[in-house]
Amino acid sequence: MPVPILELKNVSRAFQVRRNTFIKAVDDVSLSIQEGEIVCLVGESGCGKTTTGRMMVGLLKPTAGKVLFRGQDVTQLTKEQHKEYRLAVQLVHQDPYASLNPSFTIYDTIAAPIQHHGFTNGEAATRKRVIELLEMVDLTPATDFLDKYPHQLSGGQRQRVSVARALTVNPSFIVADEAVSMVDVSIRISLLNTLLKLKEQMGLAVLFITHDLALAKYFAWEGRIGVMYLGRMVEMSPARYLVEHPQHPYTQALLSAIPEADPDVTRKKRHIDLRSMDLPGLLNLPSGCSFHPRCPLWLGEQCEQQVPQMVNYRDGSAVACHVVQQKREAERA
Amino acid sequence: MEKTAVQASREMVLPRDVVVSVRGLSIAYQAKRGWVRAVRNVSLDVKRGEALALIGESGSGKTTMGLGMVRLLPTNARVSEGKILYQPATKNGQIPPAIDVLELSTQDLRRFRWGECAMVFQAALNAFNPVLRISEQFGDTARAHGYLRGRALEERAKHLFELVRLESERVWRAYPHELSGGMRQRVLIALALLLEPQLLILDEPTTALDILTQRNIMDVLKELRSKLGFSMIFISHDLSLAAELADRVATMYAGSVVEISDVYTTFQNPHHPYTIGLIQAVPTLSTHKDQITSIPGSPPDLIQMPEGCKFHPRCPLADDRCRTEEPVLEDTGAADHKVACWHWKTARERLAQAARFAKQN
Repeated sequence: MPVPILELKNVSRAFQVRRNTFIKAVDDVSLSIQEGEIVCLVGESGCGKTTTGRMMVGLLKPTAGKVLFRGQDVTQLTKEQHKEYRLAVQLVHQDPYASLNPSFTIYDTIAAPIQHHGFTNGEAATRKRVIELLEMVDLTPATDFLDKYPHQLSGGQRQRVSVARALTVNPSFIVADEAVSMVDVSIRISLLNTLLKLKEQMGLAVLFITHDLALAKYFAWEGRIGVMYLGRMVEMSPARYLVEHPQHPYTQALLSAIPEADPDVTRKKRHIDLRSMDLPGLLNLPSGCSFHPRCPLWLGEQCEQQVPQMVNYRDGSAVACHVVQQKREAERA
Repeated sequence: MEKTAVQASREMVLPRDVVVSVRGLSIAYQAKRGWVRAVRNVSLDVKRGEALALIGESGSGKTTMGLGMVRLLPTNARVSEGKILYQPATKNGQIPPAIDVLELSTQDLRRFRWGECAMVFQAALNAFNPVLRISEQFGDTARAHGYLRGRALEERAKHLFELVRLESERVWRAYPHELSGGMRQRVLIALALLLEPQLLILDEPTTALDILTQRNIMDVLKELRSKLGFSMIFISHDLSLAAELADRVATMYAGSVVEISDVYTTFQNPHHPYTIGLIQAVPTLSTHKDQITSIPGSPPDLIQMPEGCKFHPRCPLADDRCRTEEPVLEDTGAADHKVACWHWKTARERLAQAARFAKQN
């Protein structure tokens, strides 16, 4: 296996909410991303997907576990290496209305990192580079956008500016946190297509965080999807495989709950009933498998006491579930 | 329970099966740059017991339509023309005359809202007073409308909570912050149904909720409708939600309804290039990656709208006529299917051809 561009090894992150009270937003998550790979993280709000993304780009330090950049622990990097890591890994935020400085023109916004890092020599070269970047994110004609302010652009256009800004430093890995959720439905696909095109052209690896499984399947068509629940990774498989053959009962429940844009299909769809509708709070997580109070497959003692570990199967899927593990072992025997 | 009749302002009876008939409604907002024409000449009927979905992108006028129907528009909005005719329920075998919601007096309007037509808003947290218990909020609403009080009210509310699958004891005593987003949304639905309205308007009822919670709300709404038989208008940008819940779907673009039909026709045989494009632009779990295509361009500026058909700058079929003359809703011959497009007869076929051609190259 080649060295992954970024790897999380048994990473956890706890936040202090009160004196002596911590919540585990992310618990023992391992995830590796290869150069040029697309991985989508999906899950409900509060499952830790954003925290995971922020630890990857170095905005949050894990409370346990390691983040490896090209095989090296990011806390042990030299100053030079650390700079290389910070440049190679970039974040595109969710809200394009909040992530752009309203008093900067588009040119200022994109030129700032270029000038700061001294990537170009002189005003003319900077200008040329800014135009090039705007064209890369399909904001054409680029010269029309240079002197505009964020408020003069639509949500989709702003998000493209955000992507262009992330590209200024020639990153190899982009974390896109719900990058299209605030953009209109008819624009979403073209924005995702721009990201896919950049991935092709520049060999970018992308971690795409979303709550929309259908969107994840579209974006990670050739990549993988990871499903998180209450801070833990519960299933990780090649994208289409995960959607067509979900194994973890939580993934199955999620997929069965999503309506389809066809009345015939959606009204005949069978839904999986959970044993409880309530999502447990992060302050008092259930023991054992945290899904057990809601799980339709729940086996009793083992699920209630033992935390299931991620098990890799030969078909490329990985699932953290006692029931699935028993079933797969029985099949193999 | 005896309901106070809303005063009739015009002697007129709607067709038997119609609850609300919007006729030629136009609404605009005053902004610095000029008038934002959010709703333009919309006509549609909502039938008794029917669920009508208004779909479209943000800025297509869906929410303005909903707010306009209960006259809750902000002060910078003007209803420039049109009527909203409402048919009150039959009383003692008598069919009362229809009323125009836009002409109701302040007092009648207060009775109309919530009693006849209730609205569930998008942000369920903001819809509650944070310092009052749920029981007090129900009490306030009941008192304002001279409805039940005391134990009778409590029983009625708890009955509604059970219908929306909430633990009635706990919720009755709870403060809004003690409830999750999905629970608050269900409390709001219960509150909307308190006075047994004939019409319920839901603005993005499941947006911002998690998938499993969304499913729960959808199931609750389906069940309520079959048990209580009210009519429903729901506003959503989520096509799948419309496919799941609606009987009929109206697609809005730039403030106008561009296509309206039963839900099966909308999804399986749409005629307007925008509806066709919108359905193709939304990935679902079962679609293949290659079936998804985006709509080029972006929605129009509602202050300076393009001439002719408002969709023409983004439409692959646009010709000179589309650029100069705006099409109006036209019957397609199929039952209850109307389209506003000069090319509706051939649009589907031509777009499919264009897609095949694009794939070959």
